[in-house]
Amino acid sequence: MRNNGTRAAIEVIDLVTHYGKREILHGINMSVNEGEIMIIMGGSGSGKSTLLRFLLGLGKPTSGSIQLMGRDITRMSAFEMYELRKIMGVAFQGGALLSSMTVAENVQLPLREHTRLDEKTMQIMARMKLEVVNLGGFGELMPSELSGGMIKRAAVARAIVMDPKLMFFDEPSAGLDPVVSAELDDLILRLRAVMKMTIVVVTHELESAFKIADRITVLDHGHILMTGTVDEVRASDNERIQSLLNRRPGNEEIHADEYLRRLTGM
Amino acid sequence: MLPWRRACRKMADPSERPVSSSIEQLGRTTVRGVEEVGYSCALFIESLLWILIGQFIKQPVRIPSVFAQMMGMGIAASPIVFILSFAIGVMLAIQIIYNLKTFGAESQVVVGVALSVTREFGPLITGILIAGRTGSALAARIGTMQVNQEIDALRVMGINPVRYLVAPALLAMMIMVPVLTFFSDLAGLLGGAIYTGIELGLGFDAYVDQSLESLKVNDIMQGLLKSEVFAVIITLVGVTNGFAVIGGAEGVGRATTRAVVLSITYIVIADMVFTYFLNR
Repeated sequence: MRNNGTRAAIEVIDLVTHYGKREILHGINMSVNEGEIMIIMGGSGSGKSTLLRFLLGLGKPTSGSIQLMGRDITRMSAFEMYELRKIMGVAFQGGALLSSMTVAENVQLPLREHTRLDEKTMQIMARMKLEVVNLGGFGELMPSELSGGMIKRAAVARAIVMDPKLMFFDEPSAGLDPVVSAELDDLILRLRAVMKMTIVVVTHELESAFKIADRITVLDHGHILMTGTVDEVRASDNERIQSLLNRRPGNEEIHADEYLRRLTGM
Repeated sequence: MLPWRRACRKMADPSERPVSSSIEQLGRTTVRGVEEVGYSCALFIESLLWILIGQFIKQPVRIPSVFAQMMGMGIAASPIVFILSFAIGVMLAIQIIYNLKTFGAESQVVVGVALSVTREFGPLITGILIAGRTGSALAARIGTMQVNQEIDALRVMGINPVRYLVAPALLAMMIMVPVLTFFSDLAGLLGGAIYTGIELGLGFDAYVDQSLESLKVNDIMQGLLKSEVFAVIITLVGVTNGFAVIGGAEGVGRATTRAVVLSITYIVIADMVFTYFLNR
């Protein structure tokens, strides 16, 4: 429990990761309070997707720790992680629905794997969650028959079917038109209000980020530039943050050898 | 010249590379190969563990999924297995009769076809066919799932991808490839019987009797044992290449091709080793 009465649902301490010999995240420290919507924002190559992968327990960091609901996932056994995953939901950038199953079967999948509910109950629960994301009549369709926005909403339905406490979104607005994107933003806000989830959203869509964020963490080249409220981020005098907010290219100088090394990874 | 151009030329110019680059490359390839074999073995052991103990830790390998794969990779493949094996049986009969004619021993064609089909051609043809059909499908399916982050989605839902994807495929293959091999044996023998009947006027019943007389249980078991090994090879090569996919649709295509080529290569080599040790 913090001094201000809030509890950290997610705590990242001195997180360092490498890809081959290259250091990607350089000692990341951040925390997300329970019930908070935290946006992780940054340009391409800033390390935000890498950070998300580690928050999801999809890799082991070089050093540092990640605590989800007070438990360090970097030191967990596979079985402990299996148990923890029941309270986590993830909506991937492309939806990642299993293409061999219908939308309803996709939504039922976590129930089928983690519970002993009967078939009828699972069907009802899947239909309820599809209603939440406004896909009530689309359960029998295959993912290939849905539009981009519908796939993302179906992925949200699958992610919330176990009523998770932690919800992660990877680029929810990417590739969507402004109207559908706004609908997804509203959905994220509704999920927090109704289901009291702690939500982490990785995005580089400013409009969306400012609309839904309680706080924003800005990443740049594997470093956290700042963490603050929308107003604090907007008021920041950091040149890189202003470049990002005003969509200006930064005037970073890269030596030719360094550029080639980044390009080729050699 | 601009510094980045200079750096580009430096990297592209072979004279600037170390003399040992080809040896390094060979070393890297070897290490990659060993890693791949190790990974395949780990997948095999993990899959067996899921099959054996999954139900006791409330994470069973789903039987409907095994049956679905058995239907897809086994039953659906039976027509093409029949056609190829029947044709092989006919070809063997043609060759053997032609060669034995020299010695006036055409009647021995039944023994030749029976032993060749059950010990060698049945399992080999089935293995190659399933490698091309199912091995490639496994690599493409898992590769596409990898590209679309479906594997990651399974992981974050707490569903182990090896239990969910590899173990059912392995189990289905270990059941269906021997079954298909036995079916292939029958089709091959039928092909031989029909041709022999036409060419030498040998009746079907007489052909069957002679075949049963010349075949021992050991001959059929030898083929079935081989097919079990082929099933493991095809599955592991397919899933290993599928999981290794990077680079979108092109990567999936590369993995699929590689899975087929490697499966067939390993099958033929394994067959040679088996034949050597089982016939000494």
